[in-house]
Amino acid sequence: MTARIGVVTFPGSLDDVDALRAVRYARAEPVGLWHADADLRGVDAVVVPGGFSYGDYLRAGAIAAQAPVMRTVIDAARGGMPVLGICNGFQVLCEAGLLPGALVRNAGLKFVCRDQWLRAENTTSVWTGRYEPGAEILIPLKNAEGRYVADADVLDELEGEGRVLFRYVGDGPHQGNPNGALRDIAGICSVDGRVAGLMPHPEHAIDPLTGPTDDGLGFFLSAVDHLLGAAA
Amino acid sequence: MARVAVDVVIKPEILDPQGKAILAALQRTGHGGVSAVRQGKHFDLEVDDTVSDADLEEIAGHVLANPVIENWTVRREGS
Repeated sequence: MTARIGVVTFPGSLDDVDALRAVRYARAEPVGLWHADADLRGVDAVVVPGGFSYGDYLRAGAIAAQAPVMRTVIDAARGGMPVLGICNGFQVLCEAGLLPGALVRNAGLKFVCRDQWLRAENTTSVWTGRYEPGAEILIPLKNAEGRYVADADVLDELEGEGRVLFRYVGDGPHQGNPNGALRDIAGICSVDGRVAGLMPHPEHAIDPLTGPTDDGLGFFLSAVDHLLGAAA
Repeated sequence: MARVAVDVVIKPEILDPQGKAILAALQRTGHGGVSAVRQGKHFDLEVDDTVSDADLEEIAGHVLANPVIENWTVRREGS
């Protein structure tokens, strides 16, 4: 059996092609999904990729959250389908109500583009099972609205339930928290660990030829492990 | 037809770096009496009689504003 993982393309998506490539590197079958088509084409999991869906009009991810394909993705996610939102995809999942909190303008007002160190906090979710607890990974980060915010009760709940997937780490002028994200949060997941959101880009770090490392491939391998394990 | 104005502002407890940048510019340009700026959004809607106040709250609170980070007001113009 081969796992089928869909990647959504919205008008303004940028990273859908790299996400499809990462799915292929993880030996799953990549399936393109179109924003205006509610059909998920029989996929076992969905990646909502980065970019500037609908030009980031209104708020980043706000219009995409209302797209026909997202109505189906939201229903499927509530039924247990694994979904990973990367960067703009994370913004979409928050706007859609699948993940708590929101992503807002970086504290420094600058678009930040750099390779970023992260520390693995939760290594039992569907998307992070391949990582060792406390492992530090280096993957690209590129956004202007990546500052994770939620009220203190939600942040306490996320931490108490082990739902922070990765935090920003590192010292020096180019590392540490890049955008003022509360509690250094780079990514979170749902209560059941099946829906995940991450601001940095694992799909750009799957091969040292084309990225800083291959540290990001673990997200895709983790999902494939889960999907094939569930089928076995 | 009626006109409805919706104003959306970021919640006071959430950092508004754009507002801070505007404040700094005002202070540089001699407007030292200004002590705070919060940037928001304004929407003008043309609506017919089928759109109720409850519909407007839904539109403002679920689409025009994100209730996690923003507050909003809805005002029917001329009423």
